[in-house]
Amino acid sequence: MEALREVSGRAIPFGRKNVDTDVIIPAHWLKTITRDGLGRGAFEALRSDPDNLFDSAEFKGSPILIAGDNFGCGSSREHAAWALLDLGITAVIAPSFSDIFSGNAFKNGILTVVLPQEAIDRLMDVAQTDPVSIDLESQTVTTPFQDRFTFEIDPFRKHCLLNGLDEVGLTLARGEAIAAYENKSKGETPWLAHGTGEAA
Amino acid sequence: MTSKPRTLYEKIWDAHIVETRDDGTSLIYIDRHLVHEVTSPQAFEALRVSGRTVRRPDLTLAVPDHNLPTTARRDGAGQPIPIADPESAQQLAALTRNAPEFGIRLIGDADVEQGIVHVVGPEQGFSLPGATIVCGDSHTACHGGLGALAFGIGTSEVEHVLATQTLLLKQSKTMEVRVDGQLGPGVSAKDVVLHICGVLRASGGTGYVIEYTGSAIRDLSIEGRLTISNMAIEHGARAGLIAPDDKTFAYVKGRPYAPKGAEWDAAVAWWTSLATDPGATYDKVVVINAADIAPSVTWGTSPEDVLPITGVVPAPESFEDPSKQDAARKSLDYMGIEPGMRLTDIEVQNVFIGSCTNSRIEDLRAAAAVLKGRKKAANVRWAIVVPGSGLVKQQAEAEGLDRIFLDAGFEWREPGCSACLAMNPDKVPAGERCASTSNRNFVGRQGPGARTHLVSPAMAAAAAVTGKLADVRTLA
Repeated sequence: MEALREVSGRAIPFGRKNVDTDVIIPAHWLKTITRDGLGRGAFEALRSDPDNLFDSAEFKGSPILIAGDNFGCGSSREHAAWALLDLGITAVIAPSFSDIFSGNAFKNGILTVVLPQEAIDRLMDVAQTDPVSIDLESQTVTTPFQDRFTFEIDPFRKHCLLNGLDEVGLTLARGEAIAAYENKSKGETPWLAHGTGEAA
Repeated sequence: MTSKPRTLYEKIWDAHIVETRDDGTSLIYIDRHLVHEVTSPQAFEALRVSGRTVRRPDLTLAVPDHNLPTTARRDGAGQPIPIADPESAQQLAALTRNAPEFGIRLIGDADVEQGIVHVVGPEQGFSLPGATIVCGDSHTACHGGLGALAFGIGTSEVEHVLATQTLLLKQSKTMEVRVDGQLGPGVSAKDVVLHICGVLRASGGTGYVIEYTGSAIRDLSIEGRLTISNMAIEHGARAGLIAPDDKTFAYVKGRPYAPKGAEWDAAVAWWTSLATDPGATYDKVVVINAADIAPSVTWGTSPEDVLPITGVVPAPESFEDPSKQDAARKSLDYMGIEPGMRLTDIEVQNVFIGSCTNSRIEDLRAAAAVLKGRKKAANVRWAIVVPGSGLVKQQAEAEGLDRIFLDAGFEWREPGCSACLAMNPDKVPAGERCASTSNRNFVGRQGPGARTHLVSPAMAAAAAVTGKLADVRTLA
């Protein structure tokens, strides 16, 4: 995973609420067995309109997306994060995100920034004409007009994003603790340890 | 561990902590992992690329479901019938190759146990009360109906679970959704959960794990409870839970992977101890009166757009929130309906009975009870029943339900996810309407341009018979 310190540039003033993962990447794009090339299917239904924001001269390739409440709701498909990345989006700003989507975004090095609706409204205005900057270290979103919004982020996620750390590798290093848990639970809840191993 | 009264969720969480980090996140042990063909190929590929292995192959079960055609899979000579869509075939082939390569048990497309992962897990006794269960599929919440902490994960997390049998998680807030009283006639578990979606809206459960309680929930069968928990994600909750009780134990007992002998008794004692303690508090409590719940149907493109079947299509201006007004306008436009229309005047051309929400034997019985001796209306072009698993199909055939469906003009199909998300050939044509027992009415969910109305199995059957969205109570 690549380290992410700041994301700056034009922000797509999308603004829609309850954007579900079927909107981000429709199910028929899920038949891939790789992570690449999903940008072509990103927001497919919206982009069938030739005047859509995503393909406009002004916003095509923008690194930031501004959305409404509950962004990424619906299915657990990580393809939604891969599709955004393939479009060039590395940060999404919204008043709230679905739990699964924000986890998937994080694991792919996409920063999800939660800001109150008033801040979103202001950024939507700015984004029409000017760039937006997100600095992860200081946890701020700024504009050329001296706007400055601070956001919260889980310290572990921040650490991983800043350093481009691979979560699987980090957890594999905790192998002894996992083995100790397995030993303990084998005594307390032995039936849970069986899985498919002892099926009839 | 602690003397503080705890909720069911907190007890399961505490029992699965491998270690807690300074920042408040915990490494949580995962007892059961289900994989299907759509969200796993990139995870297996990542393991291969990094030279990693699966820590506990015996705790993962692989079942193809999303892409499989629901037409015959073997020809007269028992040979596999090739899958027409090359991409579907490729994804299915990847699972068939990956599972054995990593030592994981695969229930294949020709096995009678094959079905939708969320039907197969409980049916095989692989999903157990008090267990942590994950799958790369948001409807994993389903297994919470057994009292398991079950939730959907993305592909990176699938890889994480395969490699480490754990997930790094932050504890969720707790919410109790209590449904007091008795359900009225014609009101099923699906109507209850649709009603809850309307009350909580699509994001009301975000950040929470919901425990469904109250007499109306207790009175439900296990299959009904699986239906409720299945749709926890549709009000934003990552997981839903229903405390295990004697009904749960009776359901689990004797299933292939369920505990046996002395372990069974120990398991029941442990499961019983998981119930929320008296005096434990939830971060939020929502109380619903069962008497307020009617047979329900969705009118828009979010599961929160739900109304009693006796209602009329709402005017966008009737919503307070301006962004909801806008969303409602777009929904009505997509759905091709007008404010003020009676829901029972909306004609349907398609009926789908199936999905991890409503494809178990009781769902098929409920639909068949309405269809018995009746036929689908002439304007209903396509009506299909897709059982949740081969075993459900077998049971239904033993009870003669397949005859009732066929006589009513339905097609009787092989198990899989089917028209719930239209990844296989089962799609609703653009501009047409479907009364569907599935869980999502999103734009394009059942095929590009398809218009979905979510309903219970009995209501889907009523819609098939009348050719319109219909109140099943009027067909009794």
